[in-house]
Amino acid sequence: MANNILEIQDMKREFRMGAETVRALKGISFSVQSGEFITIMGSSGSGKTTLLNILGCLDQPTSGTYLLDNVDIKKQTRNELARLRNKKIGFVFQSYNLLARTTALENVELPLFYNPAVSSAKRRKMALRSLEAVKLSDRLDHLPNQLSGGQQQRVAIARALVNEPVMILADEATGNLDSRTSYEIMALIQELNKQGRTIVFVTHEPDIASFSSRTITLKDGKIIKDSPNQNIRSAKEMLESLPVSEDY
Amino acid sequence: MNILNLVRIAIRALFRNKMRAFLTMLGIIIGVGAVIAMVAIGQGSKKSIQDQLSTMGSNMVTIRPVSNQGTGGARQESANLQTLTLDDVNAIREQAQYINAVSPAVQARGQAINASLNWPTTLQGISPDYLSIRDWELKEGVSFTVADVNGSAKVCIIGQTVAENIFDAGESPVGKVIRFNKIPFKIIGVLTSKGDNAFGQDQDDIMMAPYTTVQKRILAITHIQTIYASAINEESSVLATQELTQIIRDSHKLSGGQADDFTVRTQAELISTFSSTSELLTVLLAAIAGISLIVGGIGIMNIMYVSVTERTKEIGLRMSIGARGVDILMQFLIEAIVISITGGVIGVLFGIGASKLITLFLSWPTLVSSSSVILSFVVCAVTGVFFGYYPAQKASQLDPIEALRYE
Repeated sequence: MANNILEIQDMKREFRMGAETVRALKGISFSVQSGEFITIMGSSGSGKTTLLNILGCLDQPTSGTYLLDNVDIKKQTRNELARLRNKKIGFVFQSYNLLARTTALENVELPLFYNPAVSSAKRRKMALRSLEAVKLSDRLDHLPNQLSGGQQQRVAIARALVNEPVMILADEATGNLDSRTSYEIMALIQELNKQGRTIVFVTHEPDIASFSSRTITLKDGKIIKDSPNQNIRSAKEMLESLPVSEDY
Repeated sequence: MNILNLVRIAIRALFRNKMRAFLTMLGIIIGVGAVIAMVAIGQGSKKSIQDQLSTMGSNMVTIRPVSNQGTGGARQESANLQTLTLDDVNAIREQAQYINAVSPAVQARGQAINASLNWPTTLQGISPDYLSIRDWELKEGVSFTVADVNGSAKVCIIGQTVAENIFDAGESPVGKVIRFNKIPFKIIGVLTSKGDNAFGQDQDDIMMAPYTTVQKRILAITHIQTIYASAINEESSVLATQELTQIIRDSHKLSGGQADDFTVRTQAELISTFSSTSELLTVLLAAIAGISLIVGGIGIMNIMYVSVTERTKEIGLRMSIGARGVDILMQFLIEAIVISITGGVIGVLFGIGASKLITLFLSWPTLVSSSSVILSFVVCAVTGVFFGYYPAQKASQLDPIEALRYE
């Protein structure tokens, strides 16, 4: 039996806005297996962001079950959720969210500071290894404002990897990048996926979805489509097929 | 969470905003520095008053006559009262346990004359014990003896001011004969200099002779004006006062209902009177400085508050990668404490330096006491916690989702 990283059953999320109740998620079910690369698609208002927040343990469902690596999220306290985020999830944000005036290495080390089990020597070693995985070993002491957008996002990915999470959760991770850099990032993510990492990528660009192995489409708080991708494109090949940009 | 990691996180965060951290610290630096310098001024003046008072003899007890006639008739000036006698002195000598020296005293004002030079001064008639009561030593020559007292000898010892005014520089007064109110006195000793007392009186402007001589040859009286005694130590001066009061009451045959016809004063009373004045000064100065410390604390609170708002996104990020509320709380609290303690250390150095400069340029006496350093340091750390807690608490309560979306 395959190892389910995510197990979601009839999950609902409602918000109370004064007298009204907004039903952002109206009962969704799906599961994600270890090593999958799934994209979650949907237009704005589809419940995509709400789902992302719950998947990332930043929020809890109103009803239904959500098991992350066999831990029931609904039963966790605020502090336990923080611990889960620290150990099991690696976030990659659209706007990178690196700490300003902080070197790439220190940014990558950050999650480990909140893990008391990691010594400072081990912290550095893990951060170096993580930066190596995103091919930024030569930019350790650069500050975010000395890095390009793509490089900043790679630092953010390194930060997401450093705690060896069970799942990388990317929120429009290519939204701020030009298409060439987007492909570079996608190629990196595909490579990480090949190494066995589970990736959940939230996006509204169908172009990005075509790189994943499975796409879940949301509309009005419900899953309207959940299908494996028959024809997975390789971002690396896409990158090679792009015309080499001319310097002017 | 590992506290060491949190300290490291907080320090890194401060280093990322060096200028802001320093400006916040400045409030604390000035506050603590002011407290230390102000208290140093207060304590310094207190110490210098105490030192001056103790030149008058710190164990000295003074007995003076007062009128105990509550009503009827004009009340007499104490110098004119004739109630203190040698019998009182003898009674003290025989009975007192807390007194190790006692001397009667009579005073006369007059002109000291040596050849063509003259100087108005006070002639103090005393017994040889007086010098030990006042902790006073001779610079040259000898003091007079009990035999001189018994014989009403015309010998005297003179203070530094008198010596300077009626003798040429370099000339030794010892052995010379001078006149005081036409009576010739042979100088047998010169006193060391004591300088001004706490009231600004020149203590060296004095001549001393056996009290019998002053009584018989100058004042023509048989009573005495003052009795000086010295308690065996400073601590027993209260007991000595009680004992002396009882002895003199007995000697004056005062019944239970009658008021004392004399007063007994100790230097300790005088010292505490003056000390309480400068104590007040110290408290006043410290209060003013304390206010600036509070203003500094509010500065910390203000900056931390702005910092929480400004770093909302950072807080959101930290939470999303696993920081718990308490981690965020501790980070901001530690930042506030690091600011206030670093500011405190610099402030202490600044305060000590300022005190030294005040002494150097204004020549005010200052005394930096360890208690004021410790106190302001503790106040400072407490300020950090107190004013840092609320903003830190606010930061820790942020919703990570909203904090992440904050622009």
